[in-house]
Amino acid sequence: MTIAITIGILVAGAVYLFLQREMLRIILGFILLGHAGNLILIAAGGTSRREEPFGTPGDTGIVADPLPQAFVLTAIVIAFSITIFMLVLAVTGKDDDDTTEPEGDDDDPEFDVSTLPKGIIEAEDITTQSLNLSREKSLSRSRTHQSDNEAQSDLGAENEGGDR
Amino acid sequence: MTAALLPFFIGIPFLSAGLLSILGDRPRLHVSLLLANLVASTAGGLALVAHFTHADPMAHGVALWPFGIAIPFAADMFAALMLSVTGILSVTCAIFALYSGHATSRYFAPLLLVLVAGVNGALLTADLFNLFVFVEVMLLPSYGLFVLASRAKAPYRQIAGARLYVTINLLTSTIFLGGVGFVYGTAGTVNIAQLAGLAREDSAVAISVGVVLFALSIKASVVPVHGWLARAYPSTSPAITALFSGLHTKVAIYAIYRIYAVIFDGDARFLWIGVLLFSLTMIIGVLGAVGENTTRSILAFHMVSQIGYILLGVALFTEFGLTAGIFYLLHHMIVKASLFLSTGAIEIKYGTGTLGRVPEILKREPVIAVAFFVAALSLAGLPPFSGFVAKLSLIMASIEADQIAAAVVMIVVSLFTILSMLKIWSGIFWGGRTAEDQPEAEPGFPAGTNLGTLTRKQVRQLAEPTPRIGVGLAAPGVILAALTLGLGLGAELLLTLSQTAAQGLLDPSSYVNAVMNS
Repeated sequence: MTIAITIGILVAGAVYLFLQREMLRIILGFILLGHAGNLILIAAGGTSRREEPFGTPGDTGIVADPLPQAFVLTAIVIAFSITIFMLVLAVTGKDDDDTTEPEGDDDDPEFDVSTLPKGIIEAEDITTQSLNLSREKSLSRSRTHQSDNEAQSDLGAENEGGDR
Repeated sequence: MTAALLPFFIGIPFLSAGLLSILGDRPRLHVSLLLANLVASTAGGLALVAHFTHADPMAHGVALWPFGIAIPFAADMFAALMLSVTGILSVTCAIFALYSGHATSRYFAPLLLVLVAGVNGALLTADLFNLFVFVEVMLLPSYGLFVLASRAKAPYRQIAGARLYVTINLLTSTIFLGGVGFVYGTAGTVNIAQLAGLAREDSAVAISVGVVLFALSIKASVVPVHGWLARAYPSTSPAITALFSGLHTKVAIYAIYRIYAVIFDGDARFLWIGVLLFSLTMIIGVLGAVGENTTRSILAFHMVSQIGYILLGVALFTEFGLTAGIFYLLHHMIVKASLFLSTGAIEIKYGTGTLGRVPEILKREPVIAVAFFVAALSLAGLPPFSGFVAKLSLIMASIEADQIAAAVVMIVVSLFTILSMLKIWSGIFWGGRTAEDQPEAEPGFPAGTNLGTLTRKQVRQLAEPTPRIGVGLAAPGVILAALTLGLGLGAELLLTLSQTAAQGLLDPSSYVNAVMNS
């Protein structure tokens, strides 16, 4: 019964945290939910009718079931690693609030506003192409072959469109 | 082929992944070992398919521990078919990724190998908890690939997509884990063979396994829990989208088929839930695609719709229905990956997948256009492609099972599918940029650009024609499109194999015996 109530409280806390806007709170929610899941597994071993595995009990039917504990151990490791990864995701990007639409241009999957020099974003009615070129120019010294090709295909594409 | 070789499907990719991460940055070694592994896995899958045409399912307990203690791996025709097709997809998507420049990271090959090991493990395992572990093994590298496979720093959009992807998957996994806990609590075992038929007899087990099935439905993106897929998949790189579309949701579908067939023993009491939800999945998925305007988001919504078709096979649970469902599953994996790869090639070369924002592709890239056209018609279900056989047999199976409403839904949804495919066709391949769509500023020369700063190289490039999509980028999509044509013309073969797989699901006793005696 204690386990059931604990699981309920943990899940309630997790759901409350999930409903917040910040990524960090969601991660904390997942930590709580992970604990709840682990307790479910432990409870599945029959905690009410079994005892702790100390001493040398003759009857294996009444000592704690080792299998759920192995499950929990595996689950803890997995949940831990994913939590770390999510924390990395939370600090990558602008802030940890994921509910706003990303500001990058939808067209260009490689496009990242934060790589642009300051001042470019403020100018209005700038097209993707010009933004790309501005970035191109600003990075012209450290330009890679890859981005060359990108700009090239953009420009060539425009030319072809104009020819028709 | 002996059952003792089954763990190698998982072990060898794992070992190679570990080896490559130790050996460090040796691109040629990475590529060769990666492709060798993927090809070997595919070949192993095909060998298993050939083996199971005349043999019973086989199983192996790792390290020869007795049954109940050992980690069991089991394979039958269904698993072998899935292994082969996932192998083919991982090879083609890996080649595409290598050519697209999205796989330059030294962690790409190890991550992909771990992903493949996880997929193979999830397909071969005969244990619910190991299924959870292997799904996690499959997902963890995916999180990395999601943000890693980018040429430069991952853009914000990719991070946002990854956040959504990771959180939804972690939530699902936790639910799955809870479900496994409940199964252990109610049935006292998590071995699929020992659980066989238990859910039919004991309603407590049925509810527990229901939780597991619910978690798998989220992973497979069944309506009403489908929302994440259409938002997460388009925000990574095209190669990775194609790979995920072929592997992740399909592993969940495979598990749903397996669990419902073995643990529920095809219980007819719950089939109506499936028919209802999967019909809704078809409709809502295809309608969602109408409002989208980039190729990948349209295709992602179509994936949701098609998942409804695939799962309808298990909801009918007749031999014909299961055969059609399995055939549909295999066909769909190939076609969807082909579509993602051919539109992905355009997206990589022309920088955008938004409809109406690329030049007329049909003239510039006739090969890609044909590949897309073939795959799109196959997706919509027109002869002579594999989609026609898949849809026709599924519709006939549902009429046979007295699910007329589902059959009508399938036909109507097909029409909408063609509509969306034509939308991509006209937006990308025919239409292209028109004069009104041209951005006002002259391309390349925004106001205030000092032309003097253009380098000589840039000027020369302006005069040269844009390079076409290379063979390496085009080939994967074209090969898969050819495969769907081949499967359409030679459907008899795959239908026979699917039928063998379906019989194995309908009567899982030989699978169960194999696991019990492993």
